Amino acid sequence: MAAEELPSEFDVVILGTGLPESVVAAACSRVGQRVLHLDRRSYYAANWASFTFNGLLSWIQQYQEEPQPKEVQDWSSLLDEGEELVYLSNPDSASISNLQVFCFTSEEDEEEAQSSDLPNPTEEKAVNEDTDVKPSADSNEEATTEKQETVGGAEEEQVTPTEGEEQDTDKPHLSTAQSQLEPTRKRITYAHLVKEGRRFNIDLVSKLMYSRGSLVDLLIKSNVSRYAEFKNVTRILTYRNGNVEQVPCSRADVFASRQLSVVEKRKLMRFLTSCMEETEEHQAYSGRPYLEFLCDQKLGDNLQHFLLHSIAMVTEDTPIEEGLAATRHFLRSLGRYGNTPFLFPLYGLGEIPQCFCRMCAVFGGIYCLRHSVDCLVVDKDTNRCKAVIDNRGQRISCSHFVVEDSYVGKKAAAPRRLLSRAVLITDGSVLPSDSDQQVSMVTIPPVAARYPVVKMVELCPSTMTCIPGTYLVHLTCQSAGSAYEDLAPVVTRCFHTPDSPDQENRPSVLWCVYFNMVDGSGVELEGHGLPSNVYVCSGLDSTLGHEYAIRQAELIFQKILPEEDFCPPAPNPEDIIYDGENPSTPAGEEDEDGAGEEGKREQSQTQE
Amino acid sequence: MHGRIKIKSTAQQEEEKRKEREKKLKIYVSARDTCFSKRKEGILDEEALQVTQQLLSSNPDFATLWNYRREILMHLETVKEKDEVQKIYEAELAFLESCLKLNPKSYGSWHHRCWVSARLPRPDWSRELSLCDRCLSLDDRNFHCWDYRRMVVKVSGVPVAQELGFTDRLIGSNFSNYSSWHYRSTLLPLLHPESPESPSPSHEPPQPSPSHSPQTQSHRVCEEQLLKEYELVQNAFFTDPNDQSAWFYYRWLLGRAEREEMISCVYVSRDEERVAVAFSRPVNAQSVSLLLVLDGQPQKVEWKSVHPRFKHSPVCICDLPPGTISDITNEHNLTVHWTEKYTHRDCALYTGRTESWCRDSATDQELFRSELSVEKTSVLQSELQSCNQLLELEPLNKWCLLTIVLLMRALDPLGYEKETLAHFQTLKEVDPMRSAYYSDLCSKFIIENTVLKMEYAEVRVFSITDKNLTTLCHLDQLLLVTHINLSSNQLQQLPPQFAMLQCLEVLEVDNNRIENLEGVYHLPKLEEVLLKNNKISALADLQPLASCPKLRRLDLRGNPVTQAANIESELTALLPSVTDLLL
Repeated sequence: MAAEELPSEFDVVILGTGLPESVVAAACSRVGQRVLHLDRRSYYAANWASFTFNGLLSWIQQYQEEPQPKEVQDWSSLLDEGEELVYLSNPDSASISNLQVFCFTSEEDEEEAQSSDLPNPTEEKAVNEDTDVKPSADSNEEATTEKQETVGGAEEEQVTPTEGEEQDTDKPHLSTAQSQLEPTRKRITYAHLVKEGRRFNIDLVSKLMYSRGSLVDLLIKSNVSRYAEFKNVTRILTYRNGNVEQVPCSRADVFASRQLSVVEKRKLMRFLTSCMEETEEHQAYSGRPYLEFLCDQKLGDNLQHFLLHSIAMVTEDTPIEEGLAATRHFLRSLGRYGNTPFLFPLYGLGEIPQCFCRMCAVFGGIYCLRHSVDCLVVDKDTNRCKAVIDNRGQRISCSHFVVEDSYVGKKAAAPRRLLSRAVLITDGSVLPSDSDQQVSMVTIPPVAARYPVVKMVELCPSTMTCIPGTYLVHLTCQSAGSAYEDLAPVVTRCFHTPDSPDQENRPSVLWCVYFNMVDGSGVELEGHGLPSNVYVCSGLDSTLGHEYAIRQAELIFQKILPEEDFCPPAPNPEDIIYDGENPSTPAGEEDEDGAGEEGKREQSQTQE
Repeated sequence: MHGRIKIKSTAQQEEEKRKEREKKLKIYVSARDTCFSKRKEGILDEEALQVTQQLLSSNPDFATLWNYRREILMHLETVKEKDEVQKIYEAELAFLESCLKLNPKSYGSWHHRCWVSARLPRPDWSRELSLCDRCLSLDDRNFHCWDYRRMVVKVSGVPVAQELGFTDRLIGSNFSNYSSWHYRSTLLPLLHPESPESPSPSHEPPQPSPSHSPQTQSHRVCEEQLLKEYELVQNAFFTDPNDQSAWFYYRWLLGRAEREEMISCVYVSRDEERVAVAFSRPVNAQSVSLLLVLDGQPQKVEWKSVHPRFKHSPVCICDLPPGTISDITNEHNLTVHWTEKYTHRDCALYTGRTESWCRDSATDQELFRSELSVEKTSVLQSELQSCNQLLELEPLNKWCLLTIVLLMRALDPLGYEKETLAHFQTLKEVDPMRSAYYSDLCSKFIIENTVLKMEYAEVRVFSITDKNLTTLCHLDQLLLVTHINLSSNQLQQLPPQFAMLQCLEVLEVDNNRIENLEGVYHLPKLEEVLLKNNKISALADLQPLASCPKLRRLDLRGNPVTQAANIESELTALLPSVTDLLL
């Protein structure tokens, strides 16, 4: 399809559709700026995206392929006097690394697996690394590795009985102990996951929204909340002494808790009440670890664990100021929407950037996916970016340019921190309860020395992120080693996997992926040797909330438009006047239909 | 180029809103007028039903329209088939649901729903119950909905256990909810009644049936369940000791058994030829069905209260016909029957005696304690321990302090006396707004203890001096007291109940703040009244003393009234019997 010419003049051009970029786009568009929002990828939300199961498999495949060196085109012919080109770096695939995929559930059909393509070499390596310690037969490993290659293949045509009782031959790679496990439990097969794959919404990042955090405040303030629905996280859990326990944090929880004695209940409630205000006692501990303060409160091991790991979610050496601030943030958010401080968006976190994109589009922002910027046109005298040149050689002038940090890439050469991520599809909750629709936040203190603190979010099917009968589990921590090295010990402790065959009472992992992501927190907004009107959005950060991304978006917005209000409430549709000059739906309206829904991908393709 | 969006200005928006409102008002007023005129003409048709629906759906608190609607519906009942009526009423319920969404606390809507539910030919109670569930999950304190729920439960016979489970859920999500706790207190005695072998004070057979109104039941709960409830409520007050709903429920749990209704004392005096009867609870002297049998002969006597100010009193008196028992050489046997309660008490007046009585003492009845079995006492002891534990953590919590005081009273009022008084002191400090309440309560406990001590000592002298008493109570227990000393307290009056001290001879109330002697009324044996240093300011305040025929000594020193002119002569005129007057 012939490329449709884009308008050649914008106020703000934004490259990358992650959360901060999308918020900036919405904020600018809302106050009347002409916004062009691009992403080289075929999907919205960059590393903040959510994928269907099959979408995730494609994404994995894409990162496992060798990145093709992109030839740099010379656009200097488009330059005027006194201008120079600054090339953006190749979008680096290094933002995702150490991808490792494991499937512990059976193929539906052995032949199907054998007919599939040969395993990709990098992947086989990854799996073999794992299987070295796995007491299972070679032929079974093949089944495990091969099935991942069915990704782009014929699985769509498979007619698979979705809930068929599994035959013994279907799970040859399972250890003996596992195969004896609950013969009545209907195992969900890999083929079933693939068949139902589009009902998954698997987030690349795992975060939760604090009920009184800046993201929720912004969604409310700007009326962007109307584009999404949310669910309460229903319980806070923690892993302790080899068990998963519920953390009583709200008044109702404390009342109902069976693990706490009445005296502990009182102590906990009193501590939670007293720490909301700064006291002289707190000041006396200034600079010393929060843990020390907790110890001196004589709360007992139970409460100390809950307060440090689950409520403040800090480490043993966190200073008291930070610990108290985190505790207060948690407590302030409690009770606004329910018994925990957290919300989770239905259909996954990838919805949130899309909601802001939609807001941007409603106010006239123009969206193109699979569309990138090759280089900036910089005025040599002022060192300002006058225009950008897209990957088709169109020169688009702009006053401001906002870009995701991966396009700036190597120039910010500081040694980057990484996040370790794991995504598991399991067949049960880590803490079964009366209701099977629990959304749980699980804090896991270091399982052994030198291991990181792990945050785990377990999503139930009613969050619209996984299929009935499964749970979607996200694990996140700051990397000490590769994602697998960091997180596999936690997975084997909390779940039943071939590595932990004795934990039959734990939920089984059906499928999982490990990967590392770049922790972008700490990347400067400006600088990087770039013109002064170019702003860099650092990607993800390791915290649980969204404070970092929202603060960053607000800062960028304030630099672009220091006089303007950040995301004022959007008017109701009936208060919008459509001018006679443009009687048909405004340009933004068309995009609006696309953004936030599946259709947007097709639509953006047509733009190419 | 871009379709820039223009937004209506606030003025534009308000103008639009104003027009919108005007339009709405016009429609509303004309519809209202239609309704009124139709009603006036007595038209009960479906059109009227529609118009009222239109109005009520925007204003569900229009009582007249609901009434009109009921008139129409009742009329339609007479002209339509049963199935049609069912449909009409079902539509009515659906309409009411929309009204409740508009205002979940609309009296009119809830009342109408009750009415409709009662008239529905085939009611769907489970649907109504789930409506209540929904409403209460949105607002667990909506008392309209609580009322409606109780009605639904009663009519449809929802199992008590299911309702108890419902309160479990509500309390679990938020225990600051009087309605839920109270509902529990009505359900538990039905579901887990006190076991019959334990002394059941009210002799009603426990019949747990859902339709049985809780009011007619014993309010006691079996011990096993009580223990569970103690645990539940402790979780609540340890979690939040400042939330009073849990403490109130706790007090209900700890509440003592109801006392048996009985005649606790019969007193007869030969001199005054008067009989005084004390009851375990106040009775109406005029209407109580009492029968006095003297030496086998029913007597026609007039029962009256000891003071005209109150009709209900725990003590009634009657005067026998003159000469009936005045001869000291005669022996008399007296029986008072409380016919409606099938109980009676005998009393023998022997030769040579001027008075006689027959009674159960406060110590026999453990009057000021809970009626508890041995196990229950140990239970209370452990409850006291938990509360003390909480007090260690929250030394200034008034609810905890107060509950400890009550538990100590229930366990051993005399043994814990010192600690109780100390706790009262703390209570007054931490809760100064209610210090007068604590003073009164403390006075009550001091009086109870003194009654007990007096009765253990088997004397008729009652003395509480220098104890900061602010109020008097349990005066019915002092029926036989001849000598009372209340000097150096904070009393402001001798209330009408004081007239129950039928045997009183000497009254000492020096150094108080007494302004009022209303209760020193027709005390037949009173001889001495010592009122030094009080606040009697007018002669009229001394008027009641004139009704005491035997008064001969009166000490009024240090009262403002002594400053009045001619006081001595006026007093002599007022109280001719007084021979020894100190001014």
